[in-house]
Amino acid sequence: MNTAMHDKRIPIIKIKNFLIVSIQVDMHDRLALQLQSQILEEIEKTGAKGVLIDISVLEMVDSFIGRMLSGMASMASIMDAAVVIVGMQPAVAITLVELGLEMPGVDTALNMEKGMEMLERRLRNQEFEL
Amino acid sequence: MLGLTSDKGWDELGKHFLETEYDIVRVRQVVRNHAKELNMGIVDQTRITTAVSELFRNMYNYAGGGDVLVETGIVDGHQSLIVTCIDHGPGIADIDQAMSDGYTSGMGMGYGLPGAKRLVDRFEIQSKVNEGTVVRVIKWK
Repeated sequence: MNTAMHDKRIPIIKIKNFLIVSIQVDMHDRLALQLQSQILEEIEKTGAKGVLIDISVLEMVDSFIGRMLSGMASMASIMDAAVVIVGMQPAVAITLVELGLEMPGVDTALNMEKGMEMLERRLRNQEFEL
Repeated sequence: MLGLTSDKGWDELGKHFLETEYDIVRVRQVVRNHAKELNMGIVDQTRITTAVSELFRNMYNYAGGGDVLVETGIVDGHQSLIVTCIDHGPGIADIDQAMSDGYTSGMGMGYGLPGAKRLVDRFEIQSKVNEGTVVRVIKWK
């Protein structure tokens, strides 16, 4: 197997206050963990207030990826950023529930647009509270 | 392999050696492709792929890898996909405990076995301490 393919990074795009990540590959464990720390570093560097993670092309989320996503949401929240997972396929959602995996602290949205609205609303509410 | 469902008349679809974390991804994709070829629905494809992903990760984490046998045949009157994971790792001393929800081993992760069991139609496990573990999952079409 080609190692260059294995070591490929998942790009993170910054738009306004948000980071956008689109997972386009079936992630092996190390790539998933690398993405987790990459996103946290990017939150620190840019001061982003929200992260949108598009998993619409992911054909499965097992307990490892699920734990990575919820772990990332808790870490991001400590860094004052919210994580929204968008575009989960129905079959993936069904399987996750049957698997019994809970993802505390993870917000989800049907698509990127709704996820973005969710984050903007959250940001507005925070400003209001201040 | 005492106690496992008889494999009489099953067709072997492939045998795969799993030893790196890349193999977890590669072999679960192979299993998904077989599920597709059997015309399983998208939810069942996802269920069996996710179940084997949990089993493969166990083999990788606890036994350093193992062999995966993919077969198809009739089980309980249904055309089925049968995936058998064989490792020569430390084995599981208390299978009932490993099969209970919320059980976590020393590595800070659950075995994922009860979850995997819920995703398939048949789940069979045999283990002997210091010899290894065989887990077979069967998904009806």
